Amino acid sequence: MVPTNYYVILSAVLFGLGVFAFIFKRNVITIFMSIELMLNAVNLAFVAFSQALGKLDGQVFVLFVIVVAAAEAAVGLGIIILIARNRQTLNVERVDLLKL
Amino acid sequence: MTAPLVVFFGLAALAVIGAVSLILQKHPIHSALSLIVVMVALAGLYLLMGAEFVAAVQIIVYGGAIMVLFVFVIMLLNAGVEEHTSLSKMAGPPGLLLVLALAGFIAATVARSGASVQAATQTGALSSTKGISEMVFKDFVYPFELTSFLVLVAILGATVLAHREKS
Repeated sequence: MVPTNYYVILSAVLFGLGVFAFIFKRNVITIFMSIELMLNAVNLAFVAFSQALGKLDGQVFVLFVIVVAAAEAAVGLGIIILIARNRQTLNVERVDLLKL
Repeated sequence: MTAPLVVFFGLAALAVIGAVSLILQKHPIHSALSLIVVMVALAGLYLLMGAEFVAAVQIIVYGGAIMVLFVFVIMLLNAGVEEHTSLSKMAGPPGLLLVLALAGFIAATVARSGASVQAATQTGALSSTKGISEMVFKDFVYPFELTSFLVLVAILGATVLAHREKS
């Protein structure tokens, strides 16, 4: 069988890649997708520990995380549509109304 | 190497390649398709861990509903190739450093706690779907009901946000 360590390290790698995409990408939709990638990485760690401890709490938590992610995606994409409509751009560097 | 390890490394490689591709692709639609690859690979890993219900939900909700919503919005807004200014190119090296520090910290923590985590591995097969349904509808019934309110509020919020007012 696969040791739990491997899953946790894979989860850390995926989370790191998500953080990097969040910092590096400039399209607001891609930034939103990197948040989903980070949520997925956390889900992997939850399921791995759930399996390691022999309890199902982790898997139930994953279900709740998925529900929250779905709600977040619906509201977030609504906000992105508003940004695109009001500022005619998806580049986050051009959404700088609060900048001096 | 045993068969589960081979499957694990195959799916893990697929997930990491998909995540790297999400970063390297210039067009958002290509990034979205890369993210779908990551999600399907993770669903395979959940199956490997015996969490078949979570794997099914991952495919249906994440790979299906959420990513379709993303692709739909990309098409709706006609998102083009992203442009990188000099400021955003500057974000690369510090970001990479930060990510390496984070991943190194997590890997070090895992390596230190490795013995205790590995000792707890494989404590018998779980009857996954039945157990999950019993937990959701008994122990977690109030949080479960609260999530339905959350989804309702999200529906209302998305409708109000995307609604165009007649002037």
